[in-house]
Amino acid sequence: MGDYTFDEIYAIVVMQSFSGVSLMCIYILMGLGLYIIFGQMGVINMAHAEFLVLGSYTMCLFSKFVTENMPAFENYYVIFAIPLSFGVAFGVGYLVEWFLISRLYHRPLDTLLATWGLSLIMQQCFRSFIGAREMSADLPEWLLGSWAASDIIDIPISGLVLLLLTVFLIVGLALFKTKTRMGLRMQATTQNREMTGALGINTKMTDRITFGIACGISGIAGAFFTTMASTSPSAGTNYIVDSFLVLVVGGLGSLVGLFVSGGFLALLSSILEFFMTGSIAKVWLYLVIFVVLMKFTRGLFSDKVRS
Amino acid sequence: MMHKTNQLKRKLKTLFSVFFLLSSSSFVMGNEEFPTAEVCKTGLAVTDDTVTVGQLHSITGTMAISETGSVEAERLAIKQINDMGGVLGRKIEIIQEDGASDWPTFAEKSKKLIIQDKVACVFGCWTSASRKAVLPIFEKENNMLYYPTFYEGLEASKNVVYTGQEAVQQILWGLDWAYENLGARTFYLIGSDYIWPRTSNKIARNHIERFLKKKDSKCKVVGEEYYPLGHTNFRSLINKVKLKKPDLIYSIVVGGSNVAWYKQLKAAGITSNKYNLLTISTTEDELLGIGGENAEGFYACMKYFQSQKNPNNQAFVKAFKEMWGEDSVIGDVTQAAYLGPWIWKAAVEKAGSFDIDNVHAAHPNIELPDAPEGYVRVHETNQHLYSRAKIGKITKDGQFEVMAISDDLIEPDPFPKGYQ
Amino acid sequence: MINPINQAESSFGKVLYERLFKNKEGLIAFAILAFVILIIFPTVLSPFRLNLTGKYLCYAFAAVGLVMCWGNAGILCLGQGLFFGAGGYCMAMFLKLEASDPESTAIQSTPGIPDFMDWNQVTELPWFWNPFKSLPLTIALIITLPALLAYILSVFYFKGRVSGVVFAILTQSMVACLWYFIVGNQGYFGGINGITDLKTLKGWDIRTEDAHYLLYYLCCFLLLFCILLSRYILSTRLGRVLIAQRDKEMRVRFSGYNITSFRIFIFCFAAVVSSIGGAMFTLQVGFMSPNLIGIVPSIDMVIFTAVGGRESLLGAVYGALAVNAAKTAFSEAYAAQWLFFYGATFIVIVLYLPKGLAGIYHDHIKKWIGKSMSSSKNNDGETPALVTEEKNAE
Repeated sequence: MGDYTFDEIYAIVVMQSFSGVSLMCIYILMGLGLYIIFGQMGVINMAHAEFLVLGSYTMCLFSKFVTENMPAFENYYVIFAIPLSFGVAFGVGYLVEWFLISRLYHRPLDTLLATWGLSLIMQQCFRSFIGAREMSADLPEWLLGSWAASDIIDIPISGLVLLLLTVFLIVGLALFKTKTRMGLRMQATTQNREMTGALGINTKMTDRITFGIACGISGIAGAFFTTMASTSPSAGTNYIVDSFLVLVVGGLGSLVGLFVSGGFLALLSSILEFFMTGSIAKVWLYLVIFVVLMKFTRGLFSDKVRS
Repeated sequence: MMHKTNQLKRKLKTLFSVFFLLSSSSFVMGNEEFPTAEVCKTGLAVTDDTVTVGQLHSITGTMAISETGSVEAERLAIKQINDMGGVLGRKIEIIQEDGASDWPTFAEKSKKLIIQDKVACVFGCWTSASRKAVLPIFEKENNMLYYPTFYEGLEASKNVVYTGQEAVQQILWGLDWAYENLGARTFYLIGSDYIWPRTSNKIARNHIERFLKKKDSKCKVVGEEYYPLGHTNFRSLINKVKLKKPDLIYSIVVGGSNVAWYKQLKAAGITSNKYNLLTISTTEDELLGIGGENAEGFYACMKYFQSQKNPNNQAFVKAFKEMWGEDSVIGDVTQAAYLGPWIWKAAVEKAGSFDIDNVHAAHPNIELPDAPEGYVRVHETNQHLYSRAKIGKITKDGQFEVMAISDDLIEPDPFPKGYQ
Repeated sequence: MINPINQAESSFGKVLYERLFKNKEGLIAFAILAFVILIIFPTVLSPFRLNLTGKYLCYAFAAVGLVMCWGNAGILCLGQGLFFGAGGYCMAMFLKLEASDPESTAIQSTPGIPDFMDWNQVTELPWFWNPFKSLPLTIALIITLPALLAYILSVFYFKGRVSGVVFAILTQSMVACLWYFIVGNQGYFGGINGITDLKTLKGWDIRTEDAHYLLYYLCCFLLLFCILLSRYILSTRLGRVLIAQRDKEMRVRFSGYNITSFRIFIFCFAAVVSSIGGAMFTLQVGFMSPNLIGIVPSIDMVIFTAVGGRESLLGAVYGALAVNAAKTAFSEAYAAQWLFFYGATFIVIVLYLPKGLAGIYHDHIKKWIGKSMSSSKNNDGETPALVTEEKNAE
């Protein structure tokens, strides 16, 4: 890199670090919903990516509705779209738990397969009811541009919002788990289902709400992903492997682990992608993860023994 | 065994129809002029008043997004031809099959269309991979594929009519235009990781390093990168682009990745105010997903834009919207797909026969003076189209403003000398 | 449980018979499958449909492999496409080299190398293509390469006692990794287009109708052989340990068995079986593409197995045939509804029929046959209703 001045290299390091942080946020958001479901219930949700896409579609359709009917709100609708995406995904998740997942808690590998069936159905629903073409949300101007910190350095505004949103969700989740009645019930159910049930807590209802919340958070993540990626019926396939890996590298069921593994994967792929071309960077990313997991077979952080 | 019975049946059928025609030709209303036995000697699915063609695109899977437009355009063309009285007095009937974005499925379905349904020709395929998968079948069974997509060249099968541009037609003139009008001297080549972007960039690099360099020694390629289809994180790439500060970003990003690519460019401050970007892969279809505001002011080099002002195009756009809804948009490939049935019709009528060899022989120099994109003509030997390249500038509503049109019809040259 | 037919035979034959078929019912079930695929299909189906069936049977290899490692050993592999693809690519590379002799590639700037290499400015054959000049070496690689891959993939993880969901996800990520690898190395492996336009095998045109018939029979015989081999393995002590550790891992460990090596073996075995399927796929379909080794096809293979019944080797074949036939039929008639149906089938099977088609047979049809048989003639000294196991022993 001899041809570049110190300023340029400095600027690139700053921007590349920031894109690394953004990527870390994306990984964490992808993994968060999966983490809750696995951590609390020991179930892997293969339809996870479709819940992300569900959030994206909610955002797109809401944006279309607002621009057509209430143009005055165009600049602020994003603020309402996020709780709405949460609500929609929560509702669908709640029903899915009720009718499908609740029957499968004692068969974790079967859940994997049943939720795969679910993901196929959800994909086809998107295609049949919303359309096969790609959609886009009309985003307000303020969210689109970048903040030019210097001549070369541009910091994406959406990246800043993403960072805020991630911090907000993680802090919110931690507070919810430890400070609210519902959160305490969730923890109690995880630790000892029979005893919790005996104490008069409706564990089935708790499971349903936990699953719903996890899907809702994925919905929020998905809604935000419309600001930087595509929304199409099969967009979920782009997320599926990465979101599972974040969870596995983090050690399944530890919030700290999720954080660290998100950071680790983001760092790794930012470095790899900067020095080599995209496809090969991906190959190396998976190989490095494979080797790392050989050493840490239980993930980087794990507070549970796996069965 | 079934096969033999089928053959027998077909022979009997042919015999029967010959006999029927000979004995009662005065009673046949529709086709005195073109008796079935004469226009179809190879057992294709042609009756006295119908001819069956195949349509093979992805209706499901990741490619459904892109291929929907082609399906719609081909249907429109066939409907218009039928309204005009069909081909050789026969209405066209369609058997549609779903390739499901899966290349082995494309191969399987093309076999079904050709061997079992005996279609007279097939309109279909979109990606290079699907074309490569069906090509051996078309060549072995001797049938005709009308392929609509702009593609990498390096191929000139006698069983395929390429209604889109091959790489050379799309690239050279566009680069020259950027050199003249945008002052482009340094180029950053970016593409999705498969054969079309790679081959196109190879041709672009050659053109820049051999021909443009002669005009100005500053011309050079400062970077070349490929990302897998469906990739959605371009942040590192964008930082690399910023470091190199190219005069022109030459982008061949395809499919769903497009959306992520333009949104992240805009978020990182790469807009048309500061950078020039020329793409050969982003059409009106993709802009629907990207949102015009995210790519506003960037350029594309195509052979067709929906906003072209000529009356033929306006009639085409109107008919398309009447059939498929006011919201539909028409991209370059959609228009190329629309040409397929018309070229086939012209060739069949010129040959006076549906048989593949005769249609093949009739293809050279077929002209469509009223095509939406403007005059086109089939090449003398390689079954590609002569056409004019055009530069469009992306506007906020997801359309293109036509900036320039090449003066000459550009000759298709799938095996370019000096670019290997 | 001694069968009268067998008493006349040597004791070796008897042991073998019991190991392979367990009892008469096992033999009959096997004979029915052989009859269906060897006699009925070729007589009833047109050459085009038969070729399709041959393609489905290739998937059945992968399903048989999954029955071994998932159904009987409890190791769910979401990346079976990795091995299917390895076999398929080995075969495709051999055929491609044969198809790109200097005469037919004279138009290229470097004649004699595969066309996609020429398009990507590769000017000489890469060293790792050299083994594929020879057919025996290719066949050896079809068997050893997937075994090696499976060994590397599993050895550290099984030693670290990783299994279940985590291992499933790891195999899935490795299949994605291979996909990116092939796509990223367009000049060496053909990229997304795959390796297409394969013509001859040792000068024998594989695209003719006769060749399709022959390849179909070859595929059937190999499949039946793989099933018998799998049965044999399951009947040995190794097979019983595998089933035992699937159900009660700790108890088997405490009994002093080194489960790890058993698991690695069965995983490698499943890989080799799938790889043979991949090679047959290439021969019958005439090309190989990375789409066949992606995440989705790999899960599809698990679906075939689940539909057939994850513990039943014969069920796996029926599962692969049924799902693929339904897929083709549906997509010819109702393309858009197919995914709804497919997804729903899968959920229903997991929820209500965890043993798949084989389960239906066990729970309903067999009872019915048993009743009708025992009422008509009660011979053989064993009533079918008393037979507790068939197909593969548990």
